[in-house]
Amino acid sequence: MTGTVPMIGASVPRREDRRLLIGRGRYLDDLDLPDALAVAFLRSPHPHARIQRIDVSAALAMPGVVAAFTGADLAPIQRPLAPKVLHPDLVDFPRLPMPPHEVHYVGEPVAVVVADTRYLAEDALELIDIDYEELPSVGSTAVALAENPPLAHADAESNIAVRLRQRSGTPEDALRTAPHRLSGEFHVIRGGGHSMEPRAVAARFEPATGQVTIWDTTQSPHYARQQLSLAYDMPEDDIRVIAPPDVGGGFGPKAQFYGEEVVVPWLAMTLGRAVKWVEDRQENFVATMMERAQTHRIEVGFDDNGKLLVVRDFIEHDQGAYCAGLQVPSITTSTVPGPYRIPNIHTELIACYTNAVPTSSVRGAGRPQAVFAMERMMDRIAEYLDIDPAELRRRNLIPPEEFPYQVGIMFRDGSPLTYDSGDFPALLDGTLDRLGYDAAREEQRVAREHGRYVGIGIAVYVEGCGLGPYEGAKLRLTNQGRILVTLAAAGQGQGYETVYAQIAADALEMDMAHIDVTTGDTGRIPFGQGTFASRITATAGPAVFDAALQMRERLFDTASRLIGCDPGDLTVSGDTICLDTDPEKSVSLLDIARAANIGKHGITLRDGIKPGIETVSYFAPARAAYASGAHAAIVEVDPDTGAVRIVKYVIGHDCGNVINPRLVDGQVLGGFAHGLGNALYEEAAYDPDGQPQATSYLDYTLVSAAEVPPVELFHLHTPSPLNPLGAKGAGEGGTIPAPAALANAIEDALRPLGARITIAPMTPARVADAVHAARQDG
Amino acid sequence: MAEHPITVTVNDIEYQRSVPDRLTLADFLREKLRLTGTHLGCEHGVCGACTVIVDGAAVRSCLMLAVQADGCQVETVEGLAEGPELNPLQQAFQRNYALQCGFCTAGFLMSVTAALRDGPVTTDTEARDVLSGNICRCTGYTGLVKAVLEASE
Repeated sequence: MTGTVPMIGASVPRREDRRLLIGRGRYLDDLDLPDALAVAFLRSPHPHARIQRIDVSAALAMPGVVAAFTGADLAPIQRPLAPKVLHPDLVDFPRLPMPPHEVHYVGEPVAVVVADTRYLAEDALELIDIDYEELPSVGSTAVALAENPPLAHADAESNIAVRLRQRSGTPEDALRTAPHRLSGEFHVIRGGGHSMEPRAVAARFEPATGQVTIWDTTQSPHYARQQLSLAYDMPEDDIRVIAPPDVGGGFGPKAQFYGEEVVVPWLAMTLGRAVKWVEDRQENFVATMMERAQTHRIEVGFDDNGKLLVVRDFIEHDQGAYCAGLQVPSITTSTVPGPYRIPNIHTELIACYTNAVPTSSVRGAGRPQAVFAMERMMDRIAEYLDIDPAELRRRNLIPPEEFPYQVGIMFRDGSPLTYDSGDFPALLDGTLDRLGYDAAREEQRVAREHGRYVGIGIAVYVEGCGLGPYEGAKLRLTNQGRILVTLAAAGQGQGYETVYAQIAADALEMDMAHIDVTTGDTGRIPFGQGTFASRITATAGPAVFDAALQMRERLFDTASRLIGCDPGDLTVSGDTICLDTDPEKSVSLLDIARAANIGKHGITLRDGIKPGIETVSYFAPARAAYASGAHAAIVEVDPDTGAVRIVKYVIGHDCGNVINPRLVDGQVLGGFAHGLGNALYEEAAYDPDGQPQATSYLDYTLVSAAEVPPVELFHLHTPSPLNPLGAKGAGEGGTIPAPAALANAIEDALRPLGARITIAPMTPARVADAVHAARQDG
Repeated sequence: MAEHPITVTVNDIEYQRSVPDRLTLADFLREKLRLTGTHLGCEHGVCGACTVIVDGAAVRSCLMLAVQADGCQVETVEGLAEGPELNPLQQAFQRNYALQCGFCTAGFLMSVTAALRDGPVTTDTEARDVLSGNICRCTGYTGLVKAVLEASE
């Protein structure tokens, strides 16, 4: 069709906005389930303890309470929740939905109450009588790996969950022979996802059909259904998991699977009543998985020109109380080399059990920590050789002509770590141009003369995204004559209803006004994986495009029979298919639906009409695609208070071809705010025993508009050769390098004082301490 | 639990209800009136998702009891649109991509609505100050700042 404006690449306003702006969003707690009971969980106040006695009789006797259960009552469904990503050497401990005997973190559920209202259910929790025998506990990887440590699991031999190792070349030889070596130790503290809507699950059982319907704020409804099918030993067709159309943010923790997701539907099935559990923020702080805590002891070898010869990084990773999956530590080990050409690599990670809530992916997923360690070392090399840090990076960046580039180690998707495409030097130089790098160095010089501490920080990164195994889409011509795109993927604010209509519109060459999108319901499409790892655009995108091409062929085939012409003579006009040369000769989508889908009972279809216009496509990428980016910051630091002011921040971002540029900008800028939190503010502190110390937003500081500086953002679009749209992921890139860029800027600002920045977040107290330590040494 | 009769006007409609003394205003709006546009993000007064306007002032409806709203005029997100038309602030939010997941959006709309009644917001810094009582985890605030400045024009 001539004159059609392509929708892919257009900043189409979001379809989701209207209902959200008028207060008609459909979040889980907004669902009106008639007569639904409220659920509340009693949670362990101890990091590690044995349950000696638990008595719910007083709670049960309370008016308004319908039921109360302990872990022992849940025997039929107490099957371990399997780790998402495994390793043959993993020492695994069963993560039960509600453990009956031993608890391993503060926040672990031990009993559940069902009552008429949440108020009453919480009252009843206070009536549960429970005696614990407190056990020695582990609050950090440092404690976990100390000599004769307390054990996070009483029956464990050690606190080590697994060792992961990645190698390429001959790193020991390279370190031995390198002209120069530098090492550093860096720490990243725990941080959380903090979606504004916490987790929630509601369920209703239909005794007449034996089917249970579950509403779940999950990022992965099909994964949840699979897990529930195993937990209940029920056919998957009897379990319908629906991620509501509106979910208030995900950021990783909602992609995991939790005990509450097993318990709540079981309550509905057991009681024969609709039930609803909505996590409150207090619970979210202690019971929703978080991430980040790692220690890196990293060593680099390089030549006189600053060319990297080898990197070796020993990493301690806080796995939390159970292994919910090894995706994060695995990603960390493969992210250390980043955008640099490094012939010899050794990364070795020890994942430790601690008595803190389990860790899993949070926006960035193991990458910010690796980038923090590597980019800190790049600045240290530059300082050591007295080379400009931008120039040092240029000398080491993988040049664009070397793609596909084999790093020499493996990625967590099981394939050799291979960067598909990119232009890292252009990203870096574009970012520095916009920062005004040379002028900024001059301003820094002048500022230092006036006793001001101004610094410039750079970080360059790559992000494995668009992971397999697959994602799918179904297109149907509805009986109302509209095109319905059904995705297995569930959205949490990314704008799926808009983006996937854009993609379908281009393949169909049809105005997106005739296209609807529905998401995240296992009852509507049988197979799916979920929204995580910045993967949906690069996996569901090609699936939608392909299914829409098939749909176009089906529509044209049917139209050609109805009109009596060759399909090649047809074109789309509005909601009709018509003859190119004579638009009067047309059939509408509704006509086609009537002819091929609705039919007439008992009457033979017209000759050549193929029934049932529905198309399906599943796209399975060969391997992960690699997005990339560069961040650059100018900061001014007050060495006495440790306060950091961001003077300027520039982001260069390359996620391949983009579908909706404004939505991509939103992902990157939102990701940056999260990264800024990790850099300067967010700290899920635990004491050495594993007692959480930051369980409110008064102690755990999320950035507001006042803390986030204006950001200049620019894009390169290096298409990925791994999918027909050339798309890569955009969900996490803003987060990943921000702590590294800001740490580099802060240390650069304080260089005249020799202060060393080694811990993220760089709170004022930590920065002031670093200055103090440097002054003591100096 | 003692119940108290209250009369509250919400978005120009008067409601008479009997409520438990500990029922929060947020739960009253959401559960008793089924006005679910007001959301609960933290229930300790920091995130601002539950912000509504009571007698002209932006308040955290998670920190106020329903009985305290007896005799008050309450405005919620459901009352902003002018018939089928989004109001200028809502339009500015949409034009500037000031929302993603939308969970915090009602709180932002109500905070900004109250602030703009106090006078225009003309600078980036003022806009960030107006927005700083609410938390958004999705957008990074860029679109929100632009939306406030545009709506204030």
